Amino acid sequence: MVDTILNVIDLVVTRGDQIVLKVDALDIPQGEVLAVIGPNGAGKSTLLLVLARLLQPNAGQVYFRSLPMEQEDELHYRRRIALVLQEPLLLHRSVFDNVAAGLRFRGLPRAEVKARTLDWLKRLEISHLKDRQGHRLSGGEAQRTSLARAFALQPELLFLDEPFSALDAPTRIRLLQDLHALLNETGITTVFITHDLDEALMLGDRVAVLLGGVLRQVGRPQDVFASPSDADVAAFVGVETVIAGKVVVSNDGQIIVEANGLNLEAVGDFPIGSSVMYCLRPEDITLSISDQAAGSSARNHLSGRILRMAPSGPLVRVVVDCGTPMVALITRGSANEMKLVEGQPVTASFKATAAHIIPR
Amino acid sequence: MHPQPVFFIHRDKIPPMSSDIFEITLLSLKVSLLATGISLFIGLPLGTFLALRRMRGRRFILSIINTGMALPPVVVGLFVAMMLWRSGPLGDLHLIYTPAAIVIAQTIIAAPVVTGLTASALQQLDPRLRLQLLGLGASPTQLVVSLWQEARLPLLAALMAGFGSVISEVGASMMVGGNIRHQTRVLTTAIVLETGKGEFQTAIELSILLLILAYLVNLGLTLIQQRGTR
Repeated sequence: MVDTILNVIDLVVTRGDQIVLKVDALDIPQGEVLAVIGPNGAGKSTLLLVLARLLQPNAGQVYFRSLPMEQEDELHYRRRIALVLQEPLLLHRSVFDNVAAGLRFRGLPRAEVKARTLDWLKRLEISHLKDRQGHRLSGGEAQRTSLARAFALQPELLFLDEPFSALDAPTRIRLLQDLHALLNETGITTVFITHDLDEALMLGDRVAVLLGGVLRQVGRPQDVFASPSDADVAAFVGVETVIAGKVVVSNDGQIIVEANGLNLEAVGDFPIGSSVMYCLRPEDITLSISDQAAGSSARNHLSGRILRMAPSGPLVRVVVDCGTPMVALITRGSANEMKLVEGQPVTASFKATAAHIIPR
Repeated sequence: MHPQPVFFIHRDKIPPMSSDIFEITLLSLKVSLLATGISLFIGLPLGTFLALRRMRGRRFILSIINTGMALPPVVVGLFVAMMLWRSGPLGDLHLIYTPAAIVIAQTIIAAPVVTGLTASALQQLDPRLRLQLLGLGASPTQLVVSLWQEARLPLLAALMAGFGSVISEVGASMMVGGNIRHQTRVLTTAIVLETGKGEFQTAIELSILLLILAYLVNLGLTLIQQRGTR
């Protein structure tokens, strides 16, 4: 069994009379990357500060390696973790000194500080910047410095609070890929906060959804996205069909992803064999009674049976089992026209361009 | 306006000779540097505490200290003179009309300046920097030292402002020091004396010396302040 490194039980943080965070239970196993998602003001950063012991909760208990967190000396605990915030918050010193800062706080020997700092400068590809002043870096370079500073500490727990949200898209994507590789390589248990679903899908082994300060759902990304626990979570995550698969054909910007025995077409440039998440929004999936789909331009046709139907305002949310659950959103009118009922065989169709591919 | 007699007890016939000037300059420097040093010793920790500690009444205390930054030296002189006067509560210490009395008065003038500017220097830092440093494993002492290093420009400015407020001050030095030749005469009190006598030539020389002194000390602090910045 995998050891649990953090357990959160009945955690409550209030500000005045208002509850800003409420987590009934959350376990983080050793080596996991937990992506915490939620809109702004959902209490994500508050959760991170509590876990990093920088904020005292009003009620509840956090266990670190099965012991109540406050049984461990606060400084000792803080020296087993590392923190990266949205703003890199570098010191007005050289990049080298910034990356070395945490190691020097720990009073490590000079030679070790130097070796580890140089190593992590190299791994984050900023060796050439080592003598540059911290405040003279671009956004991406500064965040690389901040990440190097955290990784150099070889923490048991890494806390990342929206580290990429202030970066432009190309910089962000490269840094995400590099972070993904580093997390895989080091196996550091990580709590990663983001409001960006792509980032959560790309990095998270599991996803925790925080809405209005309350932890609403925790699970594997495909489970959370495919079966949101309630309408609020569904509305926030938007994409509801997420299928984990592998690229089996890649040709001129077109790919075929094999998942659960299905071959799904999509647009994108990914090498054969790469692991991806195949994501669909419910409004992009059309349903037809079997055999009627032939005329449409959609490239993907999957037959299955209706598992569940749930009205949602003027629309109906239909879950179809095509070997993997697919969620479609259709109007009440068309549901009535097609006389859809649970258990009925239907074909789910969607265009190759509707699929959103996220590399894993 | 007639100056009070105490200022002119030692009305000299001869203008201060070069050895006198050297002595006066050295005393000015010693007294003001000592007062600034003591103010730093009090003001740096106190200002840091007020900037970082969230507590009741913090704003009130800061407003008092900020008022203290505008304390008129003559009021401080009056207060210290009353305390140190032979019949006063600290009269037994026999400090009135000694350099120590000037140091005490100048410390009371400079300490609120250093404290207030230290607090504002640290409050200008991004509050999340503290979380970041703690999240990297800084101990409370390492946190404070790192914040001081980050705020070193405004902190050295606080020190310069403290020194500037005392090296140029005349009222308190006159009242508690007495402008006694070879004992408590400093540059500013000597300038007042020479001007009163109509010895403008000497007064101008002393003034230039005072300016040079202020410049040299601030040059030194500026060089420390600007080290590593470009």
